[in-house]
Amino acid sequence: MATAAPMIGASIKRKEDGRFITGRGKYTDDINLAGQVHAAFVRSPYGSAKVNGIDASAALAMPGVHAVYTGADLKAAGVNPIPPGWLHAGIQIGDRYPMAVGTARFVGEPVAVVVADSAALARDAADAIVVDYDELPAVTDGPTALSAGAPQVHANATGNVAFNWQLGDADGTDAAIKGAKTVVRQHLINQRLIPNAIEPRACVAHHDSANDELTLYVTSQNPHVHRLIMGAFVLGIPEQRFRVVAPDVGGGFGSKIFIYPEEVVACWVSKAIGKPVKWTATRSESFLSDSHGRVHDTDVEMAFDGNGRIVGLRVNTVANVGAYFTLFAPAVPTYLYGTLLSGQYDIPVIHVKVTAVYTNTVPVDAYRGAGRPEATYALERTLDVAAGQLGVDPAELRRRNFIAPTKFPYQTAVALQYDSGNYEPALDRALTMVNYAQLRKDQAAARAQGRYIGIGLSAYIEACGLAPSHVVGSLGAQAGLYESGTIRVHPTGKVTVLTGSHSHGQGHETTFSQIVAHELGCSVDDVDVVHGDTSKIPFGMGTYGSRSGAVGGSALFLSLQKVKEKGRLIAAHQLEAAAADVDFADGKYFVKGSPSRSKSFGDVALAAYLAHNIPSDMEPGLDSTTFFNPGNFVYPFGTHVAVVEVDADTGHVTVQRYVAVDDFGNVINPMIVDGQLHGGIAQGVAQALWEGGVYDSNGQLLTGSMMNYALPKAEFLPMFETDRTVTPSPVNPLGVKGAGEAGTIASTAAAANAVIDALSPFGITHLDMPLTPATIWGAIQQAKGGK
Amino acid sequence: MYPAQFQYHRATSVQHALDLMAQHGDDAKVLAGGHSLLPVMKLRFATPAHLIDIGRVSGLSGISESGGTIVIGATTRHADVASSALIKAKAPLLAEVAGHIGDPLIRNMGTIGGSVAHADPSADLPAAMMALGATMELTGKGGSRQVSADQFFVDVFQTALGSTELLTAIRIPASSGACAYEKNPDPASGYAIVGIAVQLTTSGGKVSSARVAMTGLGPKPMRLAAVEAALAAGADAASAAAKAADGIAFIDDARGNASYKANLARVYTKRAIARAMK
Ligand SMILES: Cc1cc2nc3c(=O)[nH]c(=O)nc-3n(C[C@H](O)[C@H](O)[C@H](O)COP(=O)(O)OP(=O)(O)OC[C@H]3O[C@@H](n4cnc5c(N)ncnc54)[C@H](O)[C@@H]3O)c2cc1C
Repeated sequence: MATAAPMIGASIKRKEDGRFITGRGKYTDDINLAGQVHAAFVRSPYGSAKVNGIDASAALAMPGVHAVYTGADLKAAGVNPIPPGWLHAGIQIGDRYPMAVGTARFVGEPVAVVVADSAALARDAADAIVVDYDELPAVTDGPTALSAGAPQVHANATGNVAFNWQLGDADGTDAAIKGAKTVVRQHLINQRLIPNAIEPRACVAHHDSANDELTLYVTSQNPHVHRLIMGAFVLGIPEQRFRVVAPDVGGGFGSKIFIYPEEVVACWVSKAIGKPVKWTATRSESFLSDSHGRVHDTDVEMAFDGNGRIVGLRVNTVANVGAYFTLFAPAVPTYLYGTLLSGQYDIPVIHVKVTAVYTNTVPVDAYRGAGRPEATYALERTLDVAAGQLGVDPAELRRRNFIAPTKFPYQTAVALQYDSGNYEPALDRALTMVNYAQLRKDQAAARAQGRYIGIGLSAYIEACGLAPSHVVGSLGAQAGLYESGTIRVHPTGKVTVLTGSHSHGQGHETTFSQIVAHELGCSVDDVDVVHGDTSKIPFGMGTYGSRSGAVGGSALFLSLQKVKEKGRLIAAHQLEAAAADVDFADGKYFVKGSPSRSKSFGDVALAAYLAHNIPSDMEPGLDSTTFFNPGNFVYPFGTHVAVVEVDADTGHVTVQRYVAVDDFGNVINPMIVDGQLHGGIAQGVAQALWEGGVYDSNGQLLTGSMMNYALPKAEFLPMFETDRTVTPSPVNPLGVKGAGEAGTIASTAAAANAVIDALSPFGITHLDMPLTPATIWGAIQQAKGGK
Repeated sequence: MYPAQFQYHRATSVQHALDLMAQHGDDAKVLAGGHSLLPVMKLRFATPAHLIDIGRVSGLSGISESGGTIVIGATTRHADVASSALIKAKAPLLAEVAGHIGDPLIRNMGTIGGSVAHADPSADLPAAMMALGATMELTGKGGSRQVSADQFFVDVFQTALGSTELLTAIRIPASSGACAYEKNPDPASGYAIVGIAVQLTTSGGKVSSARVAMTGLGPKPMRLAAVEAALAAGADAASAAAKAADGIAFIDDARGNASYKANLARVYTKRAIARAMK
């Protein structure tokens, strides 16, 4: 390993930012192909409707309009429904054709597509298409969809039940709850969130009839997954003739994992009309068609003994999955949720039951954190309710229930085995940073003056670094979750990195260059990172689930070791030394004890490619590819504390302080990790205080724009105070965990707990999010009236 | 999103704009800063066949004073209003309100005339217009007429402007620094959930008269007459503000129920008066 300034752990500036902040990024919408035409979609204006007929004659008569296709046209041509990538026993899949066939099931579902010479013309033509609908009754709320007589979203899903899933020991939990000293019961709604990447979804599809090859440029977090599913299952295109490119992608948060109808349609239409087809979503279309997140309706029962120790936990969740399953949806409210319900706590017995239910809304799938924020919120919110009920300080109640450091590896009651962890130091550090004891005194003093300060804790754990392939395979995943990493050393010693992960804001070009520079002793500028192109990368599973560093980075690390080892053999050969006597440091191979007998890495790389003077049994060249399959998830954890003040006159919440202490294992670029954390905290606090997707009972989205869906703004938030503890992960050679989702996972509960803590003098123990001024003020009035 | 097709006309004078308006009638819309009109066109909620751009009509923009009256041309940008030394000195309430609109991009493009003519029930400037006793100059083929702010705002997005009239200028009597605007911005849009504009006239350290106007909580901006009367009679901020919701029928909607809105009216009125009195 290098002895010069180590690059792992260095907060160097991001290599990619130069092009992004000077407008030179190349996003999908920047791609224009000769002869391209533009697609526009006709979308259902109804939550549920029968599609009787589509009259496109006026649109087709407009000069510059090339074609109009409907769902029925694509089905007749053999285009299959888009399948989910994860299955459960008994799952009822409501077929999702790329465009509605016969029935439209949510407002925004594509019904027909027009292609025309310009995007504006395509939009005009789409508006000229007349669709004859019969509006049908819709259902948008999970529990309502389960009630008797509710409208049926899919014929094959009786009672709208998509699947029933459970985990843990039902009888044991029952017994623990019956025998407990205190049982804390709480009903919680984890509301609908609407992802809003800055870059809307877009695609350009080009079928080249000369060699029957299809190229799709698309806003994807996982281009190989797009290729596999679209090619093999939906369109029936051989993989070797299907290239998927995800160029610069401006944010995903999960919403760009999934295979969307518009991409499928663009590919098919390109072949049908022999022209490249381009489509870019409008922001209004994003609200109505990007998969949403969360939407849980949950009952928690947390049972305690006389010492405030949790003796059992029962969780019942209705997960609203929307009108169809998108790619990850079956896994999110189950394996990414139920398995996390032990949190940082030593809970002897847990049972979780999830009912996934179809409704007439946009599909619901993975959104930053995906299941884990929902689990953390259920646990951490209920713990605070319990603290109030038991009369124990919330920090103390958590501490009392932490898994002791001596108990690792710890087998939870919900399938996961935590490899490592030590939770008290993070809690202690966070409490010290906020000066907890003093803060409680200040809070009491403020209350005496009619000011309502609240302190909210969230001690979270997440399982990320998705994922050990054999484990997810046994749980229903239709793919493995390893990652590939290629180190291609050029004859001059410069390096190209090929990674199967994908960067859409995470700064991989920098982080991965740092791993290479650290290992090879070169400059990060000598390293270029290539991602997002199925024709360049051997294979890849993409980026989500905080996996890129832990899985993709590890693949690169292992490839680097192979490259270094081959270089060592070449150097030893040329230095006429035994391989065992040759060391590598600062970019040089040298003979132990006589550092002047050395070869630079560049000399060795050149030698490898010249092949004039390498060991006779050695192949020329210097590159290596590794597929890294992690042995376990990684388990970041930490404690976050939010301090808020509630203006009792208006219900307005001011976030005064936000402290985050996290354990991400080893950190490659602390600045980038802080950035990930900051964004995540903002997103999670926003769920607690501002964001909420709302449907009316007819299926109309009432929050379909940024005028009424409140994304967080920088001025709403204080400067975040962060620190870390470092417990390297034992499951990968870099000792890294994942940092992409932690902020979101922890912060929602911290912020919500802080607000409810502020309101405790009014006897308020819970309110559902978002905790808007109107909600808070109403609750205060009710509480006052009730007194 | 792309607006529906339209034809663009650049007016070169007020007369030219009026001619174009007469020619195209209801098929035409006047374009000023475009920051209310273009968004609704992009959503295709509005599909005018003709846009008459008044942005480069000379003489329509600018700030001046004559005989104790501030005259502001209709196409004067929010940013220019907010930073004008004249307005800061002689109509400080207007400078404060204009500084609360949206963000710098919006303020650099949006115009005072556009905001007032648009009459968005959540816009900031209408409250200032009422609190300042502004007069709108409406110009049609037959000449100009003056309409007081109290008469100008009619209903949601509806004003006294005739379909062939242009708002050409706004006149404001010079006023003192005993004023304040308290706004509760919507976290999504930044528009006012409630905005209370207070302009006090004081003599000998006492309030002699007051104009208090509210935006956001109803279909149009409104004067809070009971509050004004209480202030003129010497009430303090708290007791005057207690009357802020008197006689107003608030409605329940996504922003809150009627009692919450009545409460906001009272709380923000109190805050605005208290600050104006400081
Ligand atoms: C993101 C965003 C945030 C905003 N936030 C706020 C906010 O916080 N508070 C707030 O008050 N406003 C806000 N606005 C609105 C902004 O102030 C607009 O500039 C203003 O409402 C309209 O002015 P304009 O010059 O852009 O008018 P335009 O959009 O050009 O025109 C608006 C309407 O007025 C008509 N019109 C314009 N000028 C005249 C005239 N001289 N005579 C007759 N009719 C005319 C037009 O025909 C059109 O119907 C926001 C706008 C945006 C886009």
